[in-house]
Amino acid sequence: MKEYEGKANGGSTGFQPVKNEYHVIPYRTYAMVWIGLAVLTGVTIWVAGIPLGRFNVLAALLIATAKAGLVLFFFMHLLYETTLFRLLLPVALITLASIIGLTFFDFSFR
Amino acid sequence: MSTIAAGVATTGHEKHVSDYIGAKVGMWLFLFTELLLFGGLFLVYSVYRAMYHTDFHTAAKELNVTLGAVNTIILLTSSLTMACSISATQRGNRKLSILLLVMTALFGIAFLVNKYFEWGAKFQHGIYPGSDQLGMRENGEILFYGLYYMMTGLHGLHVIVGVLLFSVVLLFLVKKKIHQENFVLIENSGLYWHLVDIIWIFLFPLFYLIT
Repeated sequence: MKEYEGKANGGSTGFQPVKNEYHVIPYRTYAMVWIGLAVLTGVTIWVAGIPLGRFNVLAALLIATAKAGLVLFFFMHLLYETTLFRLLLPVALITLASIIGLTFFDFSFR
Repeated sequence: MSTIAAGVATTGHEKHVSDYIGAKVGMWLFLFTELLLFGGLFLVYSVYRAMYHTDFHTAAKELNVTLGAVNTIILLTSSLTMACSISATQRGNRKLSILLLVMTALFGIAFLVNKYFEWGAKFQHGIYPGSDQLGMRENGEILFYGLYYMMTGLHGLHVIVGVLLFSVVLLFLVKKKIHQENFVLIENSGLYWHLVDIIWIFLFPLFYLIT
């Protein structure tokens, strides 16, 4: 049984029936993540008030990405999921990044 | 065929496991289509913002940052209660799970009420798609408000769908169809809700905080 669990955690479950495993995340962890998100919201409002020129957009996007990361990895359990779930997200993100990148590659050189 | 079906039924636990992962993969794939839907709108936003930088700046000044910030905190808190509600179900604490889910739905409704007042104030000032007053403004400002109504509107629609989804999940929880051994519905609803939160995390600085 121990071997099974190890395999399950490694992500290669194959077709064998696996024990129904899931991580119950403590409420405290969620509360910490919420505090982090609230603080970052404050930071993004504060940074927006400082004139940094084009870096304002960059800062806003970086902070938003950090917040999205917190939501994805903790609230959406991505940190505790098997490899399959962790591989799916980059596929979607790379697709979106390609679309945006290629559009700006066209738009910037017109 | 029937013997196989019966076999599956008796070893219901294993069947549940494979369903569990499949259901979650399905949900994530759906979320990716949502990501691309909003991604397309963000793309339109960024190209027009690059073209009409000053107009976007002027138009964005009129948005209420306080209201936007309050709504951000409301959605973030609703994500917290949602995540905790799932944890409570996994621990077998049904009552707490129900309480937290109801709170999540109420936060969602509070978000929509704020949005109603925000849009209402804009409408009173004659700023809405197709209005004469907005039509007299610069092209970039018209585009900004078009995107503002389109993107926050589509996001608001997702919040409405989320609240409706929660009422279904609530019914399942009350009827004990969602419990410690079978909680994929509430977990998937949570995934959906968190994505709606993530979209707002990007909408807020891009519309309200352009300096």
